[in-house]
Amino acid sequence: MLNDNKMKEKENGEHYCLGVESTADDFSVGISTFDGEILANIISAYVPSERGIHPREAARHHGEVANKVLENAFKKARIKPRDLSIISFSQGPGLGPCLRTGATVARALASYLGIPLVGINHCVAHIEIGKLKTDTKDPVTLYVSGGNTIVSAFDSGRYRVFGETLDIALGNCLDVFAREAGLHQRVDEPFGAVVEKIAAKGKKLIHLPYTVKGMDMSFSGLLTAAINLLKRGEYKLEDLCYSLQETVFSMVTEVTERALAHTEKKEVLLTGGVAANKRLQSRIKAIAKEHDAKFRVMPREFAVDNGAMIAWTGVLAHTHGIVTPIEESFVRLRWRLEEVEIPWMK
Amino acid sequence: MDEMKQPLLMKKGAEASLYLAEWHGRKVIMKKRLPKKYRLSELDEQIKTYRTIHEPQLIHEAKKAGVPTPTIFLVDVKSATIIMEFIEGKQVKQLLSEATQSERQRLCFKIGELIGRLHKYGLIHGDLTTSNMILNSEGTIFFVDFGLGEKSKELESRGVDLHLMKRALQSTHFRFAEECFNAVIKGYSKVLGSETVKNVLHKIREIERRGRYIAERKRVNGND
Repeated sequence: MLNDNKMKEKENGEHYCLGVESTADDFSVGISTFDGEILANIISAYVPSERGIHPREAARHHGEVANKVLENAFKKARIKPRDLSIISFSQGPGLGPCLRTGATVARALASYLGIPLVGINHCVAHIEIGKLKTDTKDPVTLYVSGGNTIVSAFDSGRYRVFGETLDIALGNCLDVFAREAGLHQRVDEPFGAVVEKIAAKGKKLIHLPYTVKGMDMSFSGLLTAAINLLKRGEYKLEDLCYSLQETVFSMVTEVTERALAHTEKKEVLLTGGVAANKRLQSRIKAIAKEHDAKFRVMPREFAVDNGAMIAWTGVLAHTHGIVTPIEESFVRLRWRLEEVEIPWMK
Repeated sequence: MDEMKQPLLMKKGAEASLYLAEWHGRKVIMKKRLPKKYRLSELDEQIKTYRTIHEPQLIHEAKKAGVPTPTIFLVDVKSATIIMEFIEGKQVKQLLSEATQSERQRLCFKIGELIGRLHKYGLIHGDLTTSNMILNSEGTIFFVDFGLGEKSKELESRGVDLHLMKRALQSTHFRFAEECFNAVIKGYSKVLGSETVKNVLHKIREIERRGRYIAERKRVNGND
């Protein structure tokens, strides 16, 4: 009875999807219409007072703010929970405790409202919101953040990984270096931005290992080398930040260019938290130009981890017949991008 | 280099541009590493010089290992240019997609043998993809593009090299990547023996687990 009434209401009105994102340090809820209009995108970041992200501490933060973030999202979108048609959530990859918190919120909502649940791959979502927001159709995507460094492009039904890090993520490399150097980050100024600011004053290029292995990259040795140089105290911090940035950005740019040359696609999309870096943007823009490709960078709100991307990808997935039954909605910590079929691309 | 006639841009790769040209009456490939605007000129210079010097050395060494490679005619470090023999033939990348299963098996086995010879001799190719292998009309497979190569006999380097081959097969020939890679390993094993192969395969799995979000890592470390 209740269901029937609800359906009737919906037939007349718009359809909405609510997406929950909680793979790492951000808890976020987004609401998207089925046409891709983003009505809300509320992000609550967990910033540890010291050291890196402790998964359990981050998960506790997520649990604490979930209620408020949901409430704000509904308020911003000016809709009620009963107006929703689907709930989607980030099913992986990411940190276990964080993912589980988001998944619990999503499952509870979906079963309470009696609407379908859709598990979304976090990396796919970054690409999809990128395409939506930058009006690209089939780009080579460079996704660089604290947790991921992936160069991908669509081919035969999936987003194929053309290059990736063999160990730590590029953002992680910058974060750890910044922390070792005793720098501090804030919600509105993450380590990446702090390093970028200091690097702008650097002039001297200090040699650091440049590790590109075919299409893949390695940052851990480079990080260790940079920290060792820092500890020796012979170099200025600004020169070290400068050299670190120059080296890691040259590496990802080289790999992106190789993917571009290989796939001959005509669009390049830069996304992820590190996409905010102006220096990196100018590099990627330069190679795009060289290969006659369009360059697009995501605005920060949608480049960092956000619920809107999960909501929008939820719409795409669900309208192509994908549903995740609650009993199969366990989180997938190491869910690779190329494992996911993308039926909404030709 | 003044004797160069009508260079024709054949391929604009990420790392260098390849021109087909005529040089002293021969058809040659001119590989030119152009300055990369996205890199600081200092860093760019370092990388270009290093690769321009090392690539011809490795190409030459590979011949001693019994792996067909183009003959190097001229190296000009200053302009980061290498002039080498033009290998007339088809890229293995194309051939694999068109070949029958048995032809694929045979090709991949042969490729595995060639990789085995390189590794046995202490050479690492550094970019083992099927577009860097050319089959000529006489049925000889040539390896090209040693720009990211190195000299090493370490298990780690061998593992990374083969892991790359595996990844290249998966991203370009995903429909038959597994059977192809198995054939590569068979050929490799013929040269280096089953003991080394066992170690290298183990290493490849280790490298894969080092990557992020590999399901297998969970089982091995049991930490989730």
